[in-house]
Amino acid sequence: MAAQEQQQPQSRETETEVDVPEAPPAAPEAQASEATQGVDDLLDEIDGVLESNAEEFVRAFVQKGGQ
Amino acid sequence: MRVMGSETEYGIHAPSAPGANATMMSARIIQAYATVTRQRAAGGAETRWDYTDEEPLHDARGWTVDRAAADPSQLTDQPPVLDAEAVALAYGRQELELDGADESGSLLMNMVLGNGARLYVDHAHPEYSSPEVTNPRDAVAWDAAGDLVALATVRKVAADTTLPPINLYKNNTDNKSVSYGSHENYLMPRSVPFGDIIRGLTPFFVSRQVVCGAGRVGLGQDSSTPGYQISQRADFFEAEVGLETTIRRPIINTRDEPHATADKYRRLHVIIGDANLSQASNYLKFGTTAMVLSLIEAGQAPKIEVHEPVQALQSISHDTTLTATVRLLDGRRITALDIQWMYYEAAAKLAQETGVADSVTGDGHTHAVLARWESTLTTLGSDISAAASSVEWVAKRSLLEGYRHRDGLAWDDARLGLVDLQWSDIRPEKGLYYRLLSRDRMTRIVDDGDIARAVSEPPSDTRAYFRGRCVSKFGKDVVGASWDSVIFDVPGLGKLQRVPTREPLRGTQTLTGALFERHQDAGSFLAELMGQNPPAAKS
Repeated sequence: MAAQEQQQPQSRETETEVDVPEAPPAAPEAQASEATQGVDDLLDEIDGVLESNAEEFVRAFVQKGGQ
Repeated sequence: MRVMGSETEYGIHAPSAPGANATMMSARIIQAYATVTRQRAAGGAETRWDYTDEEPLHDARGWTVDRAAADPSQLTDQPPVLDAEAVALAYGRQELELDGADESGSLLMNMVLGNGARLYVDHAHPEYSSPEVTNPRDAVAWDAAGDLVALATVRKVAADTTLPPINLYKNNTDNKSVSYGSHENYLMPRSVPFGDIIRGLTPFFVSRQVVCGAGRVGLGQDSSTPGYQISQRADFFEAEVGLETTIRRPIINTRDEPHATADKYRRLHVIIGDANLSQASNYLKFGTTAMVLSLIEAGQAPKIEVHEPVQALQSISHDTTLTATVRLLDGRRITALDIQWMYYEAAAKLAQETGVADSVTGDGHTHAVLARWESTLTTLGSDISAAASSVEWVAKRSLLEGYRHRDGLAWDDARLGLVDLQWSDIRPEKGLYYRLLSRDRMTRIVDDGDIARAVSEPPSDTRAYFRGRCVSKFGKDVVGASWDSVIFDVPGLGKLQRVPTREPLRGTQTLTGALFERHQDAGSFLAELMGQNPPAAKS
């Protein structure tokens, strides 16, 4: 029974790879910093549009019931 | 592929007026749209809803719930009561000065739009119900058009400096135990046994969140456990099958209101989905579900049964590594991706047999849905983060992880809660999804021009065309409409003319386009329509 429970139906090769540690491929330094720069730019932009008092804003967002 | 449509209840919030009445604010949203479109100025084109065919207490399993036993929120066949008196008592007379209040002082709570959609106050939220479409690409277009309608209302409300501005959010929870829905509807033949639908859909609904979950900060209905999960809605489901939508929410909803010829059709009302901003997730949500219904109709759905599906739904949602397994009744343990692959394989096989995915003779949609479904599952199975441009929960997580990494934030930090909430703000300058979209970090399925057109144009290939064109062209003579009727009050006729539209695939542009072109007034339009076995009404 235990063996049966382990059975994987129609497994694809890709599904067995989830345990592989997420080691990003070694990219050239310039490329890596470019990618980091992109994320930093995005976060900087989003810093500028986020509502100012996070705690209060989130707490005040109270909804009535819905479907 | 199949007649389908979406319903979105927007989260509503006035930051400068905490505690403002949600129903009243929702009514302001509807008024705002009436003003924006000037349909009201044209003489009452903000058509009222016709409640004649609403049957919220009919259960698909074959019975009707007694009204007295139903939760009051289930009685959706009655117009909401928000008359002048109730409003005045609660908020003071000045609220009635809104330009939407009619002579009797009652507020407009319900509009039928020129694109065939319905915009109305549903309980304590504004809701946009899309027109009927026939494929997932159009479902994305007319659902996204609803977000533009919502945006127009927010702008209009903000322009009135005497009242607090209102924000709308396309999400499903306030993270304080309240959830509101984003529903899908699919037309099916009545002949398919409901038991087959329950068996065929449950494993699919438990697992499809991996491609169309919108992501949520916090675990549990009240978000009391810090963390991130795949679905907005999963923690709010408590039953496997049921009629309710506001309490004891079931994975399979049995509301049996076909809004069409009842002995031929059922309208499958799906309440388990997350509201999607990501077009790719939304596209897969509609496309894959439509294909799974075809599998069920053909008797070819995967023969699997998930043990304790409600618990499985939640444990899948709580595992963002996609490695959690759920138990099947036969004892096997498999992942959500495994389940999705089973449905994919079955759907691809059926499409091959029927030819619908053929690039020349196929339906023009199934092939694209299958390709995107397969590539999305493959990506999720190898490198989840690589799906950030398409799968909504992955996109949102990627942004949240950016903040966590840069600022060292724990999952219970209020700023992450704010990122989650503001992800769904429908204003492009504030909504974080839209910030990513503007940087082309999110996949577009439908181009912006098509979405903008869908705000005012109905789909051409369903009865929504007839409804929308009636409202646009003869609005001042249309006194009511619903999914399966348009009611005219033409001067000189003496009585109301109700045009039934009970066949969802009639009333199309092909069948009625020339009729609309030929007539410039409702009287002659109706005379020809009613006099000659009207195309829109024929069943």
